[in-house]
Order: sequence, then C-alpha cells, then structure tokens
Amino acid sequence: MTRPAPRALRVVVTNGRTDLGRRLETVRALLEKGYSVSCIRSAESAPTTSDPTVIIGPEDIARTDPSALLAIADKAREEHGLPQAGAWKPWFPVIDYQRCTNCMQCLSFCLFDVYGVSSDGKIQVRNQSNCKTECPACSRVCPEVAIMFPKYRHGPINGEEVKADDVRREAMKVDISALLGGDIYAALRDRSARAKSRFSKERDDERALKERQTCLVKLRQALDVPAEVLAALPTVDEIRAKAEAALARARQAAGTSSAS
Amino acid sequence: MSGHILYCHCAYARVVPIETKAAVLEGLTRADVEFDAVPDLCEMAARRDPRLEELASGAPLRIAACYPRAVQWLFASAGANISDGRAVILNMRTDSAEQVLQGILGSANPGENGGGPDQ
Repeated sequence: MTRPAPRALRVVVTNGRTDLGRRLETVRALLEKGYSVSCIRSAESAPTTSDPTVIIGPEDIARTDPSALLAIADKAREEHGLPQAGAWKPWFPVIDYQRCTNCMQCLSFCLFDVYGVSSDGKIQVRNQSNCKTECPACSRVCPEVAIMFPKYRHGPINGEEVKADDVRREAMKVDISALLGGDIYAALRDRSARAKSRFSKERDDERALKERQTCLVKLRQALDVPAEVLAALPTVDEIRAKAEAALARARQAAGTSSAS
Repeated sequence: MSGHILYCHCAYARVVPIETKAAVLEGLTRADVEFDAVPDLCEMAARRDPRLEELASGAPLRIAACYPRAVQWLFASAGANISDGRAVILNMRTDSAEQVLQGILGSANPGENGGGPDQ
C-alpha cells in the first residue's frame, strides 16, 4: 500500500447565528456528495491545512441555497483537479491483526489479487479496488475470523465483536487442502485429468452445464458470493495459474516470516 | 468531556440506519459543538487519507461510526493508530441516536463539549 493518497477538498462551515435547518441541510448535502466538513464555532478556530479548502460562513448559509453552496464546492474541486468521490463503493477487506495468524489462506483464496505480502512477510490488503463489491468470500475462509467487511450486513464479518460460537464454527471447517491430501493444486490437476478421460467417454455438455450451475448456486449460497462475481470469474486456466502464483507467494512469505 | 468529535456519514452504503445518522448529525449540529464530519471512513481508509493519521495523533477522539473493531482496523489500515485506548467509538449501526449522542456529548450541556476542530 504505497500509492500516494490524492488530496481532498475540505469544507469548513462556521456555525455563527445561522438557521439550524439550513446549516444541517448544507452539511448533509456536502457529505452526501463526498466532501469532508469541519464544523467550527468561529473563523478563528478554522483548521490550518495545506488541503484546498472552501470556507462557508454564516452569511453564506443565510443568503445562499445549500445546492448553490454545493456547486461552489464542486467548482473548487474541479479547479484543483481533485477526483469526485463516490465513484466506487468502498468495499474491501479489513484485517484484524489481533486475530490474524498470517496463514495466507486469504491470499491463496482470492482470485482478484486483493491481497499482497509486505516486505517483512506480513499479509496485507494491497489492491482494495480489485475487490468485488458485496463479495465477502475470503472472510469466510479465514480460520481466525480476522477479515472484516465493514459494509457487510451481518456479524462478525461486519466488524461485530467475535463470539466464541464464531470461532468454534470456524474451527469446524475442514481444511480443504488436508482433505485433498495436502496439495490442493495437485489434486485439482489429477481430478481434471480424470474428468477429461471420463468426459471423452461419456461427454454430455448439457449435463455438465447443469452440474456447473448447481455447483455455482451452492457456492453462492455457502459463501454469499454475488452472482455477478461468479460470472466474472477468470477461466479455469487463469484460475489455476493465479492459484499457483498465489500459493508460491504464500509459501515464500511463510518462509520469510518464519526465517525472520 | 474533552476531545475531538468525528462523525462518519457512511455515505456509500445503507448499513447505518438513515434515521440514526440523521438524528446524530442533527444532534451534533444543534449542540453547537465543533466536529469533523466525513463522508465515509472506509473510503478514506482505502485511499490512505493522511487526515486519518492527523485525527488519530491529535486530541482523544470520540467517533460516531459503526462497529469499534471495524473502525479501529480501518484506521490502522491507513497507518493511523487509535488502539491506545484514547478513542471512544460509538456504533450507529446498533445504538440509538440518543445513546450515540450521549456517548459523544456526555453531559446535558453539550455546549461545553466542543473540542478544537483540528490539530
């Protein structure tokens, strides 16, 4: 996470003796449009900042319609070449490092390169905007309940305190890798080879499609993955390549962290 | 009660009840206290807004947002630490506006509670 943060326009609203309703309407309109607002009592306590700032005084609120004040902020933002907020719903995983054991399962699981590893071998969320909106699947594979999506509907994924029941439920999850004999990717390759020879004998495209659809429905239900995300999944070959690359990164990171 | 008040409007999702957000924002505005209102803490954390670090390193924070665990690690993901016990986080997803305002403003005389708006 090394990209520089783009600056943002700040709006300062001084309280003064203004109509409460208009002031509230102005602040709410600015927030809805993505502007941070500092509400201060008087101009003397205006924040000192290097960010581009628009100051709205009591007279402005009394004389100017909230939508016109919003237009002033929009104009200032454009003049400073700042991006408009709200183009992206901020949906991405947040790691609770008090719970995370750096097992790298999330890194291995995510097909969209959301996760990365720091120079000291620590898992981190690196490409937030790669995350698929409304998809919390990686949090469901985390054995420590350490991954949150603050905008998710239900706990503990939404950040609610983790209860003993949540941990117990995670502990009951079967380690797929162990189930398949330790190397999930080798197992998948074997399975694919077996399937190829079987399909050559009893090829039935329609049946295969139905099975795949059933599989996808189960996956969607089990992991609460939106249908759009499943539809956007890479091809089998791409998934295999990504999975192998992720596994290599995870192994390398595990080696780095255990060595340090 | 001293400190700096931070209100998150959670503008890009509908997970915080609209009526709670509206009542808390109105309560803060009506109380004539100084506060910072941000559109969405998640969005700020995602782009590592340096403002989060400024806020975390300043006066003790009283934050009206969502689950404390989520807020704490959102700040951390932006390189800002509020896990030193100085921040009070009120949850607008589960608590009523009255509870949140009581936690933020504290006394029956909210006019005494204004912290400086900036560091």
